Amino acid sequence: MSDTYKPQDHKDIEAAVQWAIAGGKTLEIVGHGSKRRLGRPAQYDATLDLSGMAGIILYEPQELILSAKAGTPLAEITALLASNGQELAFEPMDYGPLFGSAQGLGTVGGMLAANVSGPRRIRVGAARDHFLGVVAVSGRGETFKSGGRVVKNVTGFDLCKLLAGSWGTLGILTEVTLKVLPRAKAEATLVVFGMNDSTAADAMATAMAAPLGVSGAAHLPDYLASHFDGLSEAKASTVFRIESLAAALDDCLASLKSAVRPFGAVATLDEAASRRLWRAIRDVQPFWANGSCGDRPLWRISTTPSKGCEIATNISPASQLFYDWAGGLMWVAPPATQDCNAREIRHAVAAVGGHATLVRAPAAVRASVDPFHPEAGALAALTRRVKENFDPKGVLNPGRMWAGV
Amino acid sequence: MPVRMPPRDDRVLKRRHQIVRALRNMVPGEGVIDTEREMRPYQSDGLTAYRQLPMVVVLPDTTDQVARVLRYCHQNGVKVVPRGAGTSLSGGALPLGDAVLLGMAKFNRIIEIDFANRVAVVEPGVTNLAVTQAVEHKGFYYAPDPSSQIACTIGGNVAENSGGVHCLKYGMTTNNVLGCEIVLITGEIVRLGGKHLDAAGYDLLGIVIGSEGLLGVVTEVTVRILKKPEIARALLIGFSTLEAAGACVGGIIGAGIIPGGIEMMDKLAIHSAEEFVHAGYPLDVEAILIVELDGPCSEVGHLVEHVAEIAKLCGATSLRASTSEQERLLFWAGRKAAFPAVGRISPDYFCMDGTIPRAMLPRVLLRIRELSQIYGLQVANVFHAGDGNLHPLILYDANQPGELERAEAFGADILKLCVEVGGVLTGEHGVGVEKRDLMPVMFSQPDLDQQQRLKCAFDDKGLLNPGKVFPTLSRCAELGRMHVSGGQLPFADIPRF
Repeated sequence: MSDTYKPQDHKDIEAAVQWAIAGGKTLEIVGHGSKRRLGRPAQYDATLDLSGMAGIILYEPQELILSAKAGTPLAEITALLASNGQELAFEPMDYGPLFGSAQGLGTVGGMLAANVSGPRRIRVGAARDHFLGVVAVSGRGETFKSGGRVVKNVTGFDLCKLLAGSWGTLGILTEVTLKVLPRAKAEATLVVFGMNDSTAADAMATAMAAPLGVSGAAHLPDYLASHFDGLSEAKASTVFRIESLAAALDDCLASLKSAVRPFGAVATLDEAASRRLWRAIRDVQPFWANGSCGDRPLWRISTTPSKGCEIATNISPASQLFYDWAGGLMWVAPPATQDCNAREIRHAVAAVGGHATLVRAPAAVRASVDPFHPEAGALAALTRRVKENFDPKGVLNPGRMWAGV
Repeated sequence: MPVRMPPRDDRVLKRRHQIVRALRNMVPGEGVIDTEREMRPYQSDGLTAYRQLPMVVVLPDTTDQVARVLRYCHQNGVKVVPRGAGTSLSGGALPLGDAVLLGMAKFNRIIEIDFANRVAVVEPGVTNLAVTQAVEHKGFYYAPDPSSQIACTIGGNVAENSGGVHCLKYGMTTNNVLGCEIVLITGEIVRLGGKHLDAAGYDLLGIVIGSEGLLGVVTEVTVRILKKPEIARALLIGFSTLEAAGACVGGIIGAGIIPGGIEMMDKLAIHSAEEFVHAGYPLDVEAILIVELDGPCSEVGHLVEHVAEIAKLCGATSLRASTSEQERLLFWAGRKAAFPAVGRISPDYFCMDGTIPRAMLPRVLLRIRELSQIYGLQVANVFHAGDGNLHPLILYDANQPGELERAEAFGADILKLCVEVGGVLTGEHGVGVEKRDLMPVMFSQPDLDQQQRLKCAFDDKGLLNPGKVFPTLSRCAELGRMHVSGGQLPFADIPRF
C-alpha cells in the first residue's frame, strides 16, 4: 500500500513532484477515484489525492464561465449551475456505478483528465470543447498555465485540449476554467419501436439531418431497453431528444415525428421520463456493476456513426450492447473471456474506423490487453515524445494509458 | 521590415541552387518557383505591413511530395514556412529569406462527402466557402465562417483555429474538425481522428489546430457539416450609449439565449459602413447591435420577441427585426463591409483582435477612446460582442512619417489592456509575427517554455515556421534540461493516510 498525500495548493504539488523526480518515484494522481480502475493497472510509490484542493473560484453566469480548483466535486458545480438555469452542456457521464461506486462522485479535474461527455456530445462537443483555461503542474515540477477565461482565444498552443483526456499522464490539473451554457427550458423524447440496429442507424442519420437540433439519438436493443429508467417496454427503442423553449417544443416534436414516422410507430416521453432516460443512457445504466451484466467486461467504442451496426455483426453474438451519439458511440459488454474479446472487437472496429477502450475488466486482463487504443509507428513515437516533454522522468501516472508512457 | 526574425542561415543560402535542384526532383513541372518575379506574390500575407521574399517556393500536389520535401528539409537543416491562401492577418505565412515556402494551393480536391455521417473529407487547399458550396444542395453547411471565407483555405483555418461571426453558438475550427492527416517535419505521415467524435489517445488534433504551422503540414481534413437551420432572423438595434448596448448583450445571454451571432459596431464604424453600402443603419446612435437568432421556425419566432423585449428594457432607441431573408442579409451587409468601408476613409488601418470578458466592454472602450486621443489616431470599433472578441480598426497613413509606428504602439496598448482586464491577445487571427513579442504580457516564461517543449516533440530542430508565435526560440536541448530543487519529502505538516 503506497502513501497518500493530500496537497493543499500547487506549491505542495510542485514539492511532491520534485520529491518524486529526485527519488525516482512514481505518483498516482487521483481526485475521488471514481475512474481509478480504468486503464492499465500499475504500482505507484505514492498517491496524490487532489480532493483537498476544492472550491469554486469564480462563476459569472452572464460571461458563461466558471473557474474551480481541480479537486472540486463535480456535483457541487452542477448544482450551482442548475440554480442559475445553466449546465455543463456536454453532459458529463458518471463512471462511478460502472465500477461499483456510489453515484455522484467525481471531481472536475477527473472529468477533464478523462475528457468525459454524454449524449449531448453529438451537438455540443465533449469536455475538451468547453475547457477554456488551465493551471497545471508538469512532471518537471513546474506550474504552467494555458488558455484563459474567455471563449474565443487562439493565443499560443491549446494545451487544454492536450491535457483533456491525458488521464493525468502529462500534468496535474490544479485550476480549470470551463465554458458553461444555459440549460434548455423544456425537453421531450420521441421513441420509435421495433427497429433492428441497421435500420435504427438510418433513422438516426435521418433525424440528425433534420434542422431541429436533436440533442440525443440512441438505439437500445429489445433485450436492454427496459433496463433504462424511463422506458418500460422490452422492445427495441430508438430514442430522440428535443430540447427547446416550452412554447416551441410541440412544434419541434411534430416536425421530428414526421421525419422519423416512416421508420415505425412513435411514442413521446414527457419531460420527467425524458430526463430519467437520458441520464440512464449517459451513465450506461444496464451495465452498472450492481446489475445483471455487472460482472461482464465493458468496452466503449467511438466509431463512424453509420458503421456501428457492422461492428455489432462481427463480434460475439452473446455480447450485449447499445448505441449513443446517433450510432457513433457503442457500449459493448461481451461475455467474460480470457482477453475480454479484445482481438475480435479491435479487429471489427479497425475495419470501419474508430477505436475501442476497455473500460472495465479484471486487472490481469488490463495488464495484458491495452485498455486504450494501441498506437504504432510514427504516432506512437510522437505520443512518447509528448510525454517526455511534459514528464521526462515518468513521474505522473506512468503506464496508465500505455506501457512506458 | 521592423519585426525581428530569426538570423539568416548563410550556409543554407549558399546551397540555394542545390536545394532548388533537389526540390525540382521531388516536385516536377511548375511546382518549384525560384525567380524573384514569380515569387513576388508570396512575399507577404494579409498583414501587408511585413514583406520578405522566400528562398524558394514549392507547390506540391501529393502527400508523398510533401513528405519528401519535408524529409529533405529536415535532413538538410532547411527552414519551412507553410502557406494556405495567405490571408493571415497576423503574418503567420510571412516568408523567411532562407526558408522554403511550402504552398498548399494545389491540394484543392474535395475527397468525400458523407451525408449519412455528416462529414466532408477535403484537402487543405479547398476554400472554406467551397466546403459549404459542396454540401448546400442537401441543405448542409460548414459552420466556421471567417470573413475571408471566399479565399481562405481549410488548411489555413486549421493552422489558425479560425472563427467567424457564429462561434458563440457553433464553435471555432477546433470544435468542427474531426480528423486530419499531417506530415511531420521528418516526413512521417500521421493520421489523427477520423469520422468518429472522440479521437484515440492524446488529443494531438486539438494541439495541431491553432498551431500556426509550427507542428506539421496538414494534407487532409475531415470536417463536420451541419444541417442549415430552418430559419435565421436578425434584429438591428440602436443604442444611445455603448454601455447600454453592452448591457443588452449581457441581458440576452443572462436570459439563457445563445444567438447565432451578436455583433456590435460603434459610431465611426456605423457611419463608414452606412455611407458605403446603405444598409439602413440608424445614424443618430452611439452603437448598434446585430443579433441573429437561428433554429426551428417556432423557436426563433419566440426568441425574436424575447430579445426585442430585453433590448427595450436596456433602452434601445431603435429596433428592427428582419422579416425576409433579403432584409436579414441587408442588416449584415454593413457589418460585413465594415473593414473595406473604413478602408475608404483612411489610407491604411490595422485590425486588432483581442478578446475580453464581456462585462469589461464599457471600460475597455472608454480607454480605447482615451488612447485614440493620446496617439492622435482615429479608431473604429466592430466586435463579435457575444464572445467579447474586439476588432478595433486603427486608422493611419503609412505615408506620414511615424504614423505606422504610432499605430503599432497604439495596437500594442489595446492588446495589453485586453490582458489586463482578464482577456487574451488574440481571439481568432493568431499570434504570428504581429503579436509574438507581446506573448510575455499574457504568459510567464514557464508557460511559454512548456508550449515550446510541445513544439520540440513535433519539430526538434525548430525548422517549421520559426519566428512565429514565440518571442524567443529556445533550443530543445535547453528546454529539456531539468532543474531539480526538491528532494525533501513533502507534507511534513499535513495529513497522510
